[in-house]
Amino acid sequence: MSIGHTLLGLLESGPRHGYDLKRAFDEKFGHDRPLHYGQVYSTMSRLLKNGLVEVDGIEAGGGPERKRYAITDAGITDVERWLATPEAPEPYLQSTLYTKIVLALLTHRDAADILDTQRAEHLRMMRILTDRKRKGDLADQLICDHALFHLEADLRWLELTAARLDKLAEAVAK
Amino acid sequence: MTPAGSLLVADALHKSYGPTTALDGAEFSIHPGEVVAVMGPSGSGKSTLLHCLAGIVTPDSGSILYNGREMATMSDAERSQLRRSEFGFVFQFGQLVPELTCVENVALPLRLNGTSRKAAEKAALTWMERLEVDDLGKKRPGEVSGGQGQRVAVARALVTDPRVLFADEPTGALDSLNGERVMELLTDAARTTNAAVVLVTHEARVAAYSDREIVVRDGKSRDMERVV
Repeated sequence: MSIGHTLLGLLESGPRHGYDLKRAFDEKFGHDRPLHYGQVYSTMSRLLKNGLVEVDGIEAGGGPERKRYAITDAGITDVERWLATPEAPEPYLQSTLYTKIVLALLTHRDAADILDTQRAEHLRMMRILTDRKRKGDLADQLICDHALFHLEADLRWLELTAARLDKLAEAVAK
Repeated sequence: MTPAGSLLVADALHKSYGPTTALDGAEFSIHPGEVVAVMGPSGSGKSTLLHCLAGIVTPDSGSILYNGREMATMSDAERSQLRRSEFGFVFQFGQLVPELTCVENVALPLRLNGTSRKAAEKAALTWMERLEVDDLGKKRPGEVSGGQGQRVAVARALVTDPRVLFADEPTGALDSLNGERVMELLTDAARTTNAAVVLVTHEARVAAYSDREIVVRDGKSRDMERVV
């Protein structure tokens, strides 16, 4: 995730202090990985240097946490451009699991066992996410669904690979 | 979880249909209040396992103990009684009687057990409330959506307070939102009543509502809790 663009986007609704930005970020996007204050201030310094934000006011007491930031016109354009640019889809072509399966077959280990163990691990994570989804709000449900659909895709690949293990074993032996 | 204290335990189950082996030494166990997903590819034997566990199909060999009693030693009448009073069933589709209203459908298992119409429909409505379909009481199955119909079917499966609920691809005909709501309501209801749920599914998102899973492949089962 681009922290800079996210903080910029949060500034569009009005000027905020650094600590206020961190709180808004953590509430909306940082459930599992809250921002460090250091990240906020280093990001804001960079945005300031690039003219995407400006200091709107400084409260008495000094220190970076007292600065109030406002987004500039250049900042708004930058957020707009970021939102309009599609994210590059993950190619998913460097799969550790695929490597493990091929290596297991090459070394005459039990590849089906590796697939089963991985499936159990995936389902364990899916149970945790499903439980969080049941107890959470709509934002929680959406973020968990995103993860669940990806894990489900992995599991479908595991099933398909399990069904093709014999053929794969022949292919890698050549 | 070990088979000790299990409500339903199967061991070394074999079942063939002509030359086709459906079960080849499958094992299974479930505790009261537990939701166990039975997973595996199409044709792996998972539905046959469910049918054997539910006493619908008799295995060629092997043992199935329900509440400490060997099912093979029960008479057909005893097994039928067990299915009517202690087991509940939810399938993918086609399980509601189209001529009856939804509340009559839910009340049906109680009526078959001799409960009066009034008492049966009262109990049915309580379950329909729990499954959030109490407003559909007077409608017939043809007049409700797939998701609603499946909730009615779940209410009907639970109305006798079964000790084991057998669910074979219960969300297979539903879209993901409806499927998930059915799973939430089904597992909540089962946990509240301490019923064991045997959940056959090939969908990981559905299996994620279970406490653990077993995988059936080529008629053999594998308890994944013993793997991780």
